[in-house]
Amino acid sequence: MSGEASFLTSRLGEAIGWARKFSIFQYPFITACCGMEYMATACSHYDVDRFGAGFPRFSPRQADVLFVVGTISHKMAPVLKRIHDQMADPKWVVAFGVCTCTGGFYDNYATVMGIDTIMPVDIYIPGCPPRPEMVLDGLMKLQDKIQDQHKTGWRPAPEPRPEVLES
Amino acid sequence: MSADLIEVVKDRFPDAVSDSHAYRGDATVILRPESLLAVASFLKDDPALRMNFLMDLSAVDYSTYGERPTTAFFASSGVAVRPTALIPDEDPWPGPPRGARFAVVYHFYSTDKKHRLRLVVPVEDDDSPEVDSLTGLWPGANWLEREVWDMFGIRFRGHPDLKRILMYESFEGYPLRKDYPVNKRQPLIGPLN
Repeated sequence: MSGEASFLTSRLGEAIGWARKFSIFQYPFITACCGMEYMATACSHYDVDRFGAGFPRFSPRQADVLFVVGTISHKMAPVLKRIHDQMADPKWVVAFGVCTCTGGFYDNYATVMGIDTIMPVDIYIPGCPPRPEMVLDGLMKLQDKIQDQHKTGWRPAPEPRPEVLES
Repeated sequence: MSADLIEVVKDRFPDAVSDSHAYRGDATVILRPESLLAVASFLKDDPALRMNFLMDLSAVDYSTYGERPTTAFFASSGVAVRPTALIPDEDPWPGPPRGARFAVVYHFYSTDKKHRLRLVVPVEDDDSPEVDSLTGLWPGANWLEREVWDMFGIRFRGHPDLKRILMYESFEGYPLRKDYPVNKRQPLIGPLN
């Protein structure tokens, strides 16, 4: 992914990180009911624009963060992977909702068991669907990660996959 | 109303109807498969019926029917309640079709006459099931029949373009058949899980 050595470790780097974390251009890849919660978060009541992430770009070339919102089927997986490949570095991926985290309760022929099987994921937001507060919490964690990358010069490792409880 | 519909079909095609039942205004006629096209075109064109809307077309796999105990349910409706004096079940469901694994189910509605009828057609051959296509009568049957082919592997004779609609072409098997493992995955990219 992004070259670790390409970031300055200085006060300038921190400043760039600060600027970058408050100008997130997101690509909402919405396939299912989580999209309603995404819209609730994006609208004025929760106002995702406070975090500088209120500007969805519907072109992966212009986006920094890929929000994967909703169930991903095996038929959709190549499309999602292609979107992710088209995004320019540095890029981030947020798994929004339990279906994108682990497949959720769709243990069947159609559903990808978590998008981390096909791409690296930086932030997992569980919930079915997650409350807007959880989305904002995930967004702030993503901002911390973006800031950390510029502070340390190292891209933080993707989060470990949430543990799936065997029933 | 619904019982009248059953009688109309029975009178017109005495040999085609093998069974019927009705529950609270929902009438069902169980047909012999060879008479499907004749009955369907009669339902569509008869001035007293005028079923101009094919609401739904689906299928059932009865191969594991009755193997697991189920809650007591109202036979005709599938609703988990028992018949009472207020909700009688006078003409109950006769049970799954005998000697057939699959049944194709059609739901018809008449936007003129405001009545509806369900046709159940047992498919005789369990290994390569095949029924007649209704695309010539209701063009809307096209995608519905493709879905049934995709999910159950039931062929429709005379369908113009019978190919998978929900799954991808490389998918093997028919996922809604009872013998398809419930969590068997065939990913296009990525690992199996």
